[in-house]
Amino acid sequence: MEAWLTPEEWQAVRLSLSVATRSVLVSLGPAVLVAWLLVRGRFPGRTLLDALVHMPLVVPPVVVGWALLMLFGVRGPLGAPLHEWFGIRLVFTSEAVVLATAVMGFPLIVRAVRLGLESVDEGLEAAARTLGAGRLDTFFSVTLPLMSPGILAGAVVAFAAGLGEFGAVITFASNIPGETQTLPLAIYSATQTPGGEATAAKLAAISFTLALCGLLLAEVVARRMHRLLGRV
Amino acid sequence: MLEVALRHRFGRDGFALDAAFTGTEGVTALFGPSGCGKSTILAAVAGLLRPQEGRIALDGAPLFDAVQRQSVPPDARRCAMVFQDARLFPHLSVESNLRFGLRRAPREATGPSFGEVVALLGIGHLLGRRPRALSGGEKQRVALGRALLARPRLLLMDEPLAALDTPRKAELLPFIARLRSAARIPILYVTHALDEVDALADRLVLLEAGRVIAQGPVEDLAARADLPLATRRDAGALVACTVLAHDPAQGMTRLGFAGGELLAPLLTEAPGTRLRLRIRARDVAVALRPPEDVSIHNILPCRLAAILPAATPQELFLHLDCGGAVLLARVLREVVGRLGLTCGMALFALVKSIAFDQARPLPPIPAA
Repeated sequence: MEAWLTPEEWQAVRLSLSVATRSVLVSLGPAVLVAWLLVRGRFPGRTLLDALVHMPLVVPPVVVGWALLMLFGVRGPLGAPLHEWFGIRLVFTSEAVVLATAVMGFPLIVRAVRLGLESVDEGLEAAARTLGAGRLDTFFSVTLPLMSPGILAGAVVAFAAGLGEFGAVITFASNIPGETQTLPLAIYSATQTPGGEATAAKLAAISFTLALCGLLLAEVVARRMHRLLGRV
Repeated sequence: MLEVALRHRFGRDGFALDAAFTGTEGVTALFGPSGCGKSTILAAVAGLLRPQEGRIALDGAPLFDAVQRQSVPPDARRCAMVFQDARLFPHLSVESNLRFGLRRAPREATGPSFGEVVALLGIGHLLGRRPRALSGGEKQRVALGRALLARPRLLLMDEPLAALDTPRKAELLPFIARLRSAARIPILYVTHALDEVDALADRLVLLEAGRVIAQGPVEDLAARADLPLATRRDAGALVACTVLAHDPAQGMTRLGFAGGELLAPLLTEAPGTRLRLRIRARDVAVALRPPEDVSIHNILPCRLAAILPAATPQELFLHLDCGGAVLLARVLREVVGRLGLTCGMALFALVKSIAFDQARPLPPIPAA
């Protein structure tokens, strides 16, 4: 690999993989919670929460990036206290890339997790309760395992989409090689550079391969998971 | 001892439930047509549904009290439930399903051990399997074991046999009867099948449109002519009897009951086994003198205790006292005048042996 990829290109690939992974990991917990609230919760403002979660799907990614910049910029309402109290500066760092990617992928995970949760028979949860399992116990021993294919599907889709997140990332984290330049950003830069066509094609091919591998792996794992859950 | 009194209304002018009854040791059957509210009552006892008004108490301790705004969560009630659809956890093996409640039971709770329950239900060969690989009857057996192993204080069964076909049902009934004697806890059993009541229930709570219309020992209610039970084709008295002896050569079995002996087609139960027999009112005839030269084996001396109205005006029920055992006979109104029947009269009840062929010999009712 090192032979036909320059260190910068290689770094972009690694950064993309790492960002996609980390963004999925930070999203999973909140996504399960939000999906549970949306499916099982009975509270005012549920529709509003639903709409809010889906915003990144319908708003242009650049707008999402801009909103994050406003919120987390060193003078933003969230960025200022972070910077002053903890000395954390998010903008233009790889953490910013993770945050932008996570926000963009969040609705994708929530949708899949929600489908997974909706497929869980509430009768099984009722049975668990009468057998002496409390609410949390029932969630972890019955609900969570049965909705895990949905969680996995969400994670994979968000991972694959996260590899390619462009608009929000370039707006919020900028395009700094070695720091915030992910694969799509590197491809974009290559197309903007005279004579960069070969690099662009190479990186595009890698991008395509990574996405395909991700989806194939997900398929295999999903099948095994269904078997584990006694569905096939 | 289970005390239930609850009122609940679904929607503004929806179905209204207003039921009060008690359940004792053994099986209390909630019986009624579908939609009469029996499953709702069970859900309320389990804590899966919160009634608008009422009180539910088990052994004196309240599980639910609307006035005191008290409701014990379902997992703390220790009222394990068996559902119509077994509801086994698909992601767990049969063994893990069985141990689900056992692992969560309080340390001090007593009950049959894992091995005993597995042997009782004959599910030892299924332990490693997934629920998906089980037949309907096997699933239900595992569900029964799982509920019993949760070491409950009360066992709730919501039409556990309703989803099975007739042969499977016949196969599973004896298991429930066995479980009934092994559990030694009250069981609340919801059903709309009379043969399950006959086979399992000690007490019967009759429900109609959300209300309790009668409750009491099954035998007492079966002998009453004023309940909806009496309008059924299989209406009739339940008679407790004991297998005395078999005569395979003649193809007959002698049964002892309070009023003497009954001859039935050959049974398989060992002598000494206690059975409960439904003697349908339409299979019983009466005579003033013991008839001679008839094919009927069972000619039982009895006393006419009462003449009661039946579902149609041209018919009557004769309430016969057969040495303490009650028999019901369904006859045409004309018979009363022709034979000059009056209450207190000595009569002979005629019951064809072959009538017991239909009224399948039922699983043993263990001594209380």
